[in-house]
Amino acid sequence: MASKTAPVTAKTKSAAPAKRATPATRTAAPPKPPVAKPAPTVTAVEMGARQRDISVSEFFTKNRHLLGFDNPRKALLTCVKEAVDNALDACEEAGILPDVVVRVEVSAQGEAAPPASQASRFRITVTDNGPGIVRQQIPPIFAKLLYGSKFHRLRQSRGQQGIGISAAGMYGQLTTGKPVQIISRTSARAPAHYFEVQIDTKKNEPRILEKKQIAWEAPRGTQVTLEVEGRYQKGRASVDEYVEQTIIANPHVKLTYVTPEGETKEYARTFEQLPASPREIKPHPYGIELGMLLKMLQDTTSHRLAGFLAGDFSRVSSAVAEEIVKAAGVSSRARPRDVHGQAAENLYKAIQTTKIMAPPTNCLSPIGESAILSGLYQQIKGEFYTAVSRPPAVYRGNPFIIEAGLAYGRGPEAAESGATKKTIPLAEGESDDADHELARVIRYANRVPLLYQPSACAITRAVLDTTWRNYGIAQSRGALPGGPMVIFVHMASVWVPFTSESKEAIADYDEIHKEINLALRECGRRLGAFLRRRERAHSEFRRRNIFELYIEEVVNSCNRLKGGRLPTAKLKEQLQKMALKLTGGDRTDQLMGKNGGGPEGLPHSIIVTPDGVEGAVPAGVAEKA
Amino acid sequence: MATKTRRPTAVEKKLVGIADVVINAAQRRKDPTLAIPVRALSNITFNERRGLLEMGKRKQARSFFNVAMAKKFMQTVLVADALAELQRANLTTSLREIYYRTKHTIKNSHENTLDTQDESDPLIEDLEVTLEALREELHVRAENAGSIVGPLVLVDDGDQVNCARLGKGGYSVPSIVEPEYLQIRRCTADFVLLVEKGTQWNRLSEDKFWRRYNCILLTGNGQPPRGVRRLARRLHEEHGLPVYVLVDNDPWGYYIYSVIKQGSINLAFESQRMAIPKAKFVGLSSSDPEAYGLPRNVGIKLNDKDIARARELLGYTWFAKKPWQEEIKRMLASGLKYELDALANKDFQYLTKRYLPRKLKEKDWLD
Repeated sequence: MASKTAPVTAKTKSAAPAKRATPATRTAAPPKPPVAKPAPTVTAVEMGARQRDISVSEFFTKNRHLLGFDNPRKALLTCVKEAVDNALDACEEAGILPDVVVRVEVSAQGEAAPPASQASRFRITVTDNGPGIVRQQIPPIFAKLLYGSKFHRLRQSRGQQGIGISAAGMYGQLTTGKPVQIISRTSARAPAHYFEVQIDTKKNEPRILEKKQIAWEAPRGTQVTLEVEGRYQKGRASVDEYVEQTIIANPHVKLTYVTPEGETKEYARTFEQLPASPREIKPHPYGIELGMLLKMLQDTTSHRLAGFLAGDFSRVSSAVAEEIVKAAGVSSRARPRDVHGQAAENLYKAIQTTKIMAPPTNCLSPIGESAILSGLYQQIKGEFYTAVSRPPAVYRGNPFIIEAGLAYGRGPEAAESGATKKTIPLAEGESDDADHELARVIRYANRVPLLYQPSACAITRAVLDTTWRNYGIAQSRGALPGGPMVIFVHMASVWVPFTSESKEAIADYDEIHKEINLALRECGRRLGAFLRRRERAHSEFRRRNIFELYIEEVVNSCNRLKGGRLPTAKLKEQLQKMALKLTGGDRTDQLMGKNGGGPEGLPHSIIVTPDGVEGAVPAGVAEKA
Repeated sequence: MATKTRRPTAVEKKLVGIADVVINAAQRRKDPTLAIPVRALSNITFNERRGLLEMGKRKQARSFFNVAMAKKFMQTVLVADALAELQRANLTTSLREIYYRTKHTIKNSHENTLDTQDESDPLIEDLEVTLEALREELHVRAENAGSIVGPLVLVDDGDQVNCARLGKGGYSVPSIVEPEYLQIRRCTADFVLLVEKGTQWNRLSEDKFWRRYNCILLTGNGQPPRGVRRLARRLHEEHGLPVYVLVDNDPWGYYIYSVIKQGSINLAFESQRMAIPKAKFVGLSSSDPEAYGLPRNVGIKLNDKDIARARELLGYTWFAKKPWQEEIKRMLASGLKYELDALANKDFQYLTKRYLPRKLKEKDWLD
């Protein structure tokens, strides 16, 4: 019905101005144009009648780009991402090592399925081994925007607002008309529940299309199936890249990914330890705004202002609370609900000027240096790996931790094959121009890879303004550092300041920027040490190589100059002996690291050479290698 | 035509000496080292008595067992080998052919002995100064980049060339003009006029300037090649002809004149065979625009490079004479340079009909 009426109204609308235009041109002919006929006025009553509620769902239906559904390709990624984020958050909170299956299939509407690259409709199924969801909660979780467990508490988690998965469901509903299908089971003894839900966009309420108990092979867990319009394309910011980057930052996850092309990629768990469960904290007084303070004053269960300050904020002892209250000139025994207007403003100002301890940082759960190392080592081929976790820091009252990692090089196999190939002589003007690639930056916020808007992100900016040249890495002005390198940066926080709802870039707070810089510099220093060591050994070796290479030429030329009557073997031997003596002989072999010697005192680093691996290789990976 | 009884030439012996340096050093377990005279301003002295640039005694060591020099050493030996080959076969060749002859990929590597000609050219100059052999003696020639016309009869490979009967194109001066290759049979001219640019030489040749003023017109199309400089020197020396130089009014023109007169910094050791200390600078002088009424708008603003170069010239001892300091400072003060071509602003034939006649009549030149 709706689709039928829409074009009719459009037609009448477009026809109306055209009709009006013709008399206008006619009336324009007289010398004195008549006063324009006043537009029909609208009375306040009529205007008032037009005002009505906008539900969040309606708002986001129109503004879906705000949630990361700008185009079909990105939408597909966002749907997968939201489902996987939820699965991992649930598993971790319940203390279960996650085992996730992601299946992206081409959805065939009746006819034969088109190839994955041509398809425009996909069915996404994400299955986890998490705690499951109780029956009553399933519909609102999946079909009500801004419904969730994570918004109201300050706790480090992937999701923050409770928009993600329901927005994905809404997008599917909008583009394919298909409901979200959920199967969930909370334990082997409980039955598995099957739901089909849609969102009522007007009311922002779930509409249950189907619910039943079914037999399900998994003893526990949740499975979400979405059918959405999308486009599958490999490369940058693709689903494949998301999965790969997720594994790097979450080596404790076992993930199976079935691509739209039918290929099954198994990512084994390489780190057997679940990350420490992050603790929930109360807000820190420095991090709130006046409006927030007013709301908290109204909502609190405390009866006294001092009690409210000490009880609803972190790091406010009763002594500190007294101090604040005194500075604000408000009675400590005042009822919080009665504090408003100027008094509330004074209280807010007093909070800012009182010295309060930094928020607790045990609420954060960093990935950890060894886990980052094992993630990088497993997923990226390189010759050098390192990882750094910074101590916790605070921005606007929110504690956060920055972690950085580096993988450098093309791996020992590539290095060796590079040395053996290229046997054709180079012509004039030709050169080995293979080394123009720039470093790849992979960004994470609370273990979730950020794939879009790199230039708007504090991480990219911090990478750009780190002087990589100090560490022996090429870098053009205003560009990423050059070379075969992957730079990993992770921000863990109870509240990551994203630049938009679609969570694509981290806002550039000075405190965050500085911490990223410090972490990158430490990585850079270690890489620099590694490169210098390698360079030293190579240059000794090259010296000898050069001499050996040129001796042949010099001897042949001398022989020709002497008319071919030179005992060449003797001259060659004499020169070679000198070359060996001059370039240190066995000392060079030693420098080349043929005798091992560990990763040069570099902490949390792995060095891979054709002869083997040195450093803190995680046990799980080492076995495989 | 080489026979088995052919005696090695003196130059060939010198080239073989390079191999001996390597062999002797290797025997004594020493680093093979060549002592190469430094070809730079710091190793040049201006001999005021003779009016020539002379090369000093400073030498640089080029050793094989030094990472920075090993490749250059190897290349030097390679080039010496190629030059010796030329001597044995009695052939002449170009710089570029030497480059191609010595270029190959080093065994068991993907490295070339030489990558561009820029690497081999200085090595040939190194060998010239080290062995004190002229480029002609090394059998390396340059392009025929000069022209000559005038009352002069030359013999080239047994062919008589009457330079008065070669139309306005003239005779193309070969790169090697030593008496063994080119003889001056007859010369009735009164002086030699060496013009920087081919266009002005063409103008003078077309107007038969040489006939009216009984002179030889020479050009080197820019910085004159060795053949042109050597031929001018021979005419000056063997036939007592004064040499006048006509160049653009810019620092590069001044330097061209100084190279003709005193020799170049790079190959100072050759000045004794090339330089013409008595050569005179007729123009274009920085005083000419005023004297000849050239409008300011035909000048060109000096760029930063020009100014830097002019300042360098001011510091050279052979430009230390007062008139020269004034000449260069006048150009810097005006901030303009003038091309010879700018004279066409007054008349197409201004150069032949007014400028040069007046210059010669007034003997208005710098020494």
